[in-house]
Amino acid sequence: MTLSVNLQAVAYLVSAVLFILALKGLTHPASARRGNLYGMLGMLIAVVATLMGDQVQSYGFIIVGMTLGAVIGVIVALRIQMTAMPQLVAALHSFVGMAAVLVAIGTFLTKRSAGELNALLMGEISAGVVIGAITFTGSVIAFGKLQGLLSGSPVKFKGQHVLNALLGIATLALAVHFAMTGSLISLTLMTLLAFTLGVTLIIPIGGADMPVIISMLNSYSGWAAAATGFTLHNNLLIIVGALVGCSGAILSYIMCKAMNRSILNVVFGGFGSDSGGADSAGAVAAEKGVKSAAVEDAVYWMEDANRVIIIPGYGMAVAQAQHALKELMELLEARGVEVKFGIHPVAGRMPGHMNVLLAEADIPYDRVLEMDEINPDFPSTDVVLVVGANDVVNPAAKEDKTSPIYGMPILEAGRARQVYFLKRSMRPGYSGVDNLLFYQENTSLVFGDAKDTIEGMNSALKGGGH
Amino acid sequence: MPEALDPSLVALYVFVLACFIGYWVVWGVTPSLHTPLVALTNAISGIVLVGALLVAGNPEAGLFTQIIGFIAVLLASINVFGGFLVTHRMLSMFKKKK
Repeated sequence: MTLSVNLQAVAYLVSAVLFILALKGLTHPASARRGNLYGMLGMLIAVVATLMGDQVQSYGFIIVGMTLGAVIGVIVALRIQMTAMPQLVAALHSFVGMAAVLVAIGTFLTKRSAGELNALLMGEISAGVVIGAITFTGSVIAFGKLQGLLSGSPVKFKGQHVLNALLGIATLALAVHFAMTGSLISLTLMTLLAFTLGVTLIIPIGGADMPVIISMLNSYSGWAAAATGFTLHNNLLIIVGALVGCSGAILSYIMCKAMNRSILNVVFGGFGSDSGGADSAGAVAAEKGVKSAAVEDAVYWMEDANRVIIIPGYGMAVAQAQHALKELMELLEARGVEVKFGIHPVAGRMPGHMNVLLAEADIPYDRVLEMDEINPDFPSTDVVLVVGANDVVNPAAKEDKTSPIYGMPILEAGRARQVYFLKRSMRPGYSGVDNLLFYQENTSLVFGDAKDTIEGMNSALKGGGH
Repeated sequence: MPEALDPSLVALYVFVLACFIGYWVVWGVTPSLHTPLVALTNAISGIVLVGALLVAGNPEAGLFTQIIGFIAVLLASINVFGGFLVTHRMLSMFKKKK
């Protein structure tokens, strides 16, 4: 049985609506799972409608490809650690990019053999190839940086912007030539240049800007799908591509705003670098006039507190300290202490990274508040515990006009009565800016691995009968 | 007979309007679910699978083209299955206080 073109279009429409409802579901955690199910249903309808259409004639490659893809996808999705989510997303973005490139080239070959090429179609194919190729290599580089295969620090060299501009112009020129002539050589060269451009565009961007990069590549993967939709005259692909493209663009905007930087500054800025290693932390601290405290001091203040706010950062993810934090929350709550978590939009390596890790540790989402929600609470908070975060609580962003991070919105931890920083060393944050909060009267630093320190607190709370 | 509308123009209509829908819907997403949002959009951008099926399922264009289609089907399927499942895993972890 084959589906008529019109019936297929109706099925695609249903599937497009389901995808919109899927995104709409993410408005609230309570409706989000249902949203994801809508998404799956939408995909199922789209695939079945495509397979039943008369354009698909042979099924051998499709069955093998989909089965293999399903097995790999399911295994990866079940095994992946939540801390490795940014890497997984980067890898999956690269697959969308590569698939878009292959579909565009495949469509070109199909249409060429059918003698249906025209300039507009080839222009659309060029768009699919170029955006897809940039998404692919860009995501591969992002994956390498996140996985630690490549250095996380920005790679910069002289004439970088000129090189990117030249590559961009050459790619565009080849695209025009290809659209006008259908030359296979132009297509190949254009593809190779776009692959190169993906590398040179992402390589200068530092590890701390990963939330923006992930969002940007998310957006690119959407535009790549939309371009494929134009090539195939498939409205479903166009709609989905536009939804995803917008989503990534909005996330990029939110992330940039949370750092008070423009997207151009992130893309071309090459902000921050990995600074020196961990020299004897305590000694450097004393020299700089910073107080260091023992675990017991922090426990002493926390157990008598009315309200404690915990601010997690990427360091919490690295130390895998989220489960220990959950226990700390329960121990404190058992003593009548109110515990909340405050999350900065750019904490971690991708948007919302901290929320997922806290959710993984079974910390209820109504305890986890966004920056704007929690900032008014700091003045009436007894203890703030900063776990592996740095720049996002630095008062220099508010007070020091000369600071590179001036103007960035921060969590106003310094307004609480006591601040404890769990830190491995005196290394500054990714911006490379010294944290003014360290020198504040009410701040103490607790040195050590975040997980060990929190477990130490937990056993003190369990054993200690102060 | 009036002149028929160019299908590419219709596609452009669809594209622009879908951008507006995307804009309004995504601003409504709660920041705590931004990671699942990235994972879910990533899963649904696996919709390029539809394009891949058309390339892989068309024997007229020759074996080479079909193999290109096959690789695209494989990659897009990893994205679709992996993306939805990992989103499901994440969302299952978001719980309220019991």
